[in-house]
Amino acid sequence: MMDTIQKRLLSEVADLHDVPEGAYNIRANGEMAARNTTANIDIVSKADGNGIDIRIKPGTKQESIHIPVVLSESGIKETVYNDFYIGEDADVVIVAGCGIDNCGVQDSQHDGIHRFYVGKGAKIKYVEKHYGSGDGSGKRILNPGTEVYMEEDSFMEMEMVQIKGVDSTVRNTKAELAAGAKLVVRERLMTHGAQQAISNYEVELSGEGAGADIVSRSVARDTSFQKFDSRIVGNVPCSGHTECDAIIMDKARILAVPSLEANDLDAALIHEAAIGKIAGEQIVKLMTLGLTEEEAEEQIINGFLK
Amino acid sequence: MLELKNLSFEVAEEVSQKEIVRDISLSVGEHRFVVITGPNGSGKSTLAKLIAGIEKPTSGQIYFEGADITDKSITERAKLGIAFAFQQPVRFKGLEVLDLLRIASGRQMSASDACEYLSEVGLCARDYIRREVNASLSGGELKRIEIASVLARGAGLSVFDEPEAGIDLWSFQNLIRVFERMQEKNKGGSIIVISHQERILDIADEIIVIAEGRVADRGTRDEILPGLLGTPSAVKQCTGSQTKERIVRQ
Repeated sequence: MMDTIQKRLLSEVADLHDVPEGAYNIRANGEMAARNTTANIDIVSKADGNGIDIRIKPGTKQESIHIPVVLSESGIKETVYNDFYIGEDADVVIVAGCGIDNCGVQDSQHDGIHRFYVGKGAKIKYVEKHYGSGDGSGKRILNPGTEVYMEEDSFMEMEMVQIKGVDSTVRNTKAELAAGAKLVVRERLMTHGAQQAISNYEVELSGEGAGADIVSRSVARDTSFQKFDSRIVGNVPCSGHTECDAIIMDKARILAVPSLEANDLDAALIHEAAIGKIAGEQIVKLMTLGLTEEEAEEQIINGFLK
Repeated sequence: MLELKNLSFEVAEEVSQKEIVRDISLSVGEHRFVVITGPNGSGKSTLAKLIAGIEKPTSGQIYFEGADITDKSITERAKLGIAFAFQQPVRFKGLEVLDLLRIASGRQMSASDACEYLSEVGLCARDYIRREVNASLSGGELKRIEIASVLARGAGLSVFDEPEAGIDLWSFQNLIRVFERMQEKNKGGSIIVISHQERILDIADEIIVIAEGRVADRGTRDEILPGLLGTPSAVKQCTGSQTKERIVRQ
């Protein structure tokens, strides 16, 4: 069904070596390559073919959904809309991810728009990994758009990872939280070469007791550029925290634009941003343990992005 | 094992915080426990860094196991068997205690092996092995992990730069036992400790006194220690303010 390149991409973005357990939908080169539904999780193609609807029944527990996308042909450009309807009190893990291998001269681009409608009391862990490979001159471009609508007392943890090989990314994430809802975002990013990565977050805390915690850790190498723009709006008594912690190397550039808007006396909002190079004493310490300077640097970066 | 020949470290700028070392020659034999003491600013910490390769001497030579290592890098010296414990341990975001101990040992040591080193420095291994070596650890905890990382190296020559700094009363006693056990286990190995703590001086085979960048005195503990008692080169374990008082009284 899938060739070796596609299987390799799949293992990078979804830790999958073959078809996964539970519900899944694998999209390869613009077409559905495999799908499985379960008694509680239904996956239906949209009428126009540009995406899927995933419906998770209320109360579904301990199930997982994998929806990886792999592109191994040069020159594919697609925009896909995936909508998740998560029933009340469901507790599931969703693994998305996109791997592009571009050996050709034409750009390959996948714009995945994910919308999450998280029901009352539901608990979601969402993992999204991006990976690019191939030595063609064609660019590997990923522009994920994520919209999250969280009902009362729901919880969502989003883990966003892009470590290697994607030339250009604009990530737009929007969330609206009702009373008691909690959103946790952990973003890990490494850019190298002449890559560009822009990450925009806008979170509206509109229900009493809502909370958001958005943390980005990133490393920018070579001549790459990163922008982290995180905005939390507190309209009611709520709590919000956003943090950008970045290591800058070589001739890279990083722009951190954390912003907070409090529209209520009891909106407790915090932002932190730090950009700096690897501390010399960290490298010296690891060298006294027998690592070379390069090995020490790799260890520090790996730990930081773990 | 270690020989320093006419070793000097000078700094051009007057404003520099670095201590100066002037024409120091000394040798440390096999299976020795040597304590280097002296007043603050005498050059003892610089001497330790020169041995580890963190600072480069302006003149003189360093020999380790008979080979000239003066031009060797920190990494090369580490691989030859020189370990160094920092006075102020370094913090790392994301790097776990187990990672650090694995790097130190140079092998994929098991969690239970790593636990032994942590127990040795009085830390309950289960609570610490997965902790990040970051600001969430107290100064005392970091210091003990630093010492554990040197134990994990199992090096021929272990250099400790003021290991007692930042350590509390309980672990100070433990520290003495750590050194004693290290000496018991590592038959060929030698330990150099930079310290002016009387209790550490009290377990030394040999004491070297540095003053103003030079060797002011050296000999066995019995020869040297009595003359140091009551001076800044041999302070009783006490708080920082008491230490200062002693120095002022000199």
